Amino acid sequence: MTTLPDVSTHAVASARWRPGEIAFWIVVVACGFLFPSRYLIMTDIVRLALFALSLDLILGYAGIVSLGHAAFFGVGAYAAGLLALHGIISEPVLALVVAGFAAMVLGFFTSFLVIRGVDLTRLMVTLGIALLLEALAERFSDITGGTDGLQGIEMQPILGHFAFDIFGKTGFFYSLIVLFLLFVLARRIVHSPFGLSLRAIRNNPLRAAAIGIPVNRRLIAIYTVSAFYAGIAGALFTQTTALASLDVFSFERSADLMLMLVIGGTGYLYGGLIGAVVFKMLQELFSTITPQYWLFWIGLVLVVIVLVGRARIHRWVLWLPNLIIRQFAGRRAVVVVPESDPS
Amino acid sequence: MTSLFTILFDGVAYGMLLFVLACGLAVTLGLMNFVNLAHGAFAMAGGYICAVLVNNSGWPFLVALPLAFVASAAIGVVLERALYRHLYARSHLDQVLFSIGLVFMSVAAVDYIMGSSRVFIKLPAALEGQFDLFGVGIGRYRLMIIVICGFLTVALQLILARTRFGSRLRAAVDDPRAAIGLGINVPQVFAFTFAFGCGLAGLGGALSAEILGLDPYFPLKFMIYFLIVVTVGGSSSITGPFLASLLLGIGDVAGKYYVPKMGPFVIYTIMIVILIWRPNGLFGRTAAR
Repeated sequence: MTTLPDVSTHAVASARWRPGEIAFWIVVVACGFLFPSRYLIMTDIVRLALFALSLDLILGYAGIVSLGHAAFFGVGAYAAGLLALHGIISEPVLALVVAGFAAMVLGFFTSFLVIRGVDLTRLMVTLGIALLLEALAERFSDITGGTDGLQGIEMQPILGHFAFDIFGKTGFFYSLIVLFLLFVLARRIVHSPFGLSLRAIRNNPLRAAAIGIPVNRRLIAIYTVSAFYAGIAGALFTQTTALASLDVFSFERSADLMLMLVIGGTGYLYGGLIGAVVFKMLQELFSTITPQYWLFWIGLVLVVIVLVGRARIHRWVLWLPNLIIRQFAGRRAVVVVPESDPS
Repeated sequence: MTSLFTILFDGVAYGMLLFVLACGLAVTLGLMNFVNLAHGAFAMAGGYICAVLVNNSGWPFLVALPLAFVASAAIGVVLERALYRHLYARSHLDQVLFSIGLVFMSVAAVDYIMGSSRVFIKLPAALEGQFDLFGVGIGRYRLMIIVICGFLTVALQLILARTRFGSRLRAAVDDPRAAIGLGINVPQVFAFTFAFGCGLAGLGGALSAEILGLDPYFPLKFMIYFLIVVTVGGSSSITGPFLASLLLGIGDVAGKYYVPKMGPFVIYTIMIVILIWRPNGLFGRTAAR
């Protein structure tokens, strides 16, 4: 009985906002003002960060390996595109939420398939669902525009006031605000007792069940939430680029997403955000060196990361920042290596 | 009626081909419990080696086929010793990431060396065209595939069930620690099996250039098919993946013939339904423990 208060104080202490986190968001907002010529690529990074965040919720916190997360991204993207194209809901924020719910419904129903079976079956089922949706989108080309994609989407001003401009400034700040709000929500979720129970499930489902956690229900819940996040990311993609094509469902998109998350580190919320920044920069770098064969270098990065070991790389990366933090704020403030991944 | 038999025949040929392509994966994934998404890359390697030998160096097709097998097996054994063996004990996530990385590298590398267009292998005249058997059109090339693959299947089954090496492999898979204790060189057995599986994939890649098409995106396009064969087939024996390949082959050919507009939809639906119904595959014990 004496351990109970300890657990809760520990949980509350770890949920507190740290100076480093506040600094992170200040830097992100500052980037928006410092590089006005780079809005398009920064918007892309923000979208990817949200998408990576959604995968982190199921992979890093619940231990579900998914190869088809692009399915929800794609549903969100097409939902937002169709809503705007046919003028069903012309207000972007409302359309964003509706698109997110569309993906969420799909996530809820497919979660029953995903919680059955082991890792391998999950890989297959998630991959299968994404491929199935891609095939469906191609088949019903009268609705989705087939291989040409949805064209001629015109976005209305956000909340009726802020029109999307040609430089992407509105789009960037719009995406950033959405990312921040959803990040705060995700942060609340993972630090809640619900989030703690998810980590217990990831570390050992059998033991989690033995101490009374309803494993399947929790997994369904987080999978559904994650689908909602991915749907919002997809909808942001459509709204800021005014485009939705078949490649939103592609396997490469799911694979890139995994790479992003692995670069940043799974199991802590900033992993996806940092990973998205690093991934986009790597992609830009490689495609300027070899425009056609950048895929090779991305593959090499993946292989090297796995062979060296993900935990070891994160220790190296964090070595210098921690050295600085230790000088100023003492030993307790250092950033720790994220928790180990599910095996 | 005749078209039904022709579809059945084409489906069987297609299924046999898938089996040869995927049975190496059945061993690594099902028996050694290693998620190797890069299996298609070895098939592609075999296909391209065969194409270069036949088209550029003028070798006869039937001589180039065994060479595709040997070359892919050699690539397989080098990669297994250099990279794969470090990852046997890692999590599935690491294995997935690693093998996706390999796929990306192989796609870009082949694109760089061979170009991105589809490659055709010049076939000897004896293998082209088809003949009629009781009114059923039978393609010579497909008949050859069925003969080769049928022979390989029987040989594999015999090796696994009857030979010393087969019993060693089964022992190493069932309980590696006990197998080491009995004096079986488990890493060697695994390396040899891996190389053999890669060789078969290479042979399958060379055979499939005519039917499936060979281009740098081969490993990505057919990854799902290989995985279906293994997950649906289970891995207690060679029979499971074999039946699953036949089912997949016939289903895909029939689906494309009768409901061409639905495309690959049929196959994915069947797969998802089967995996919901039997998460561990149709036949035998679990595909991954």
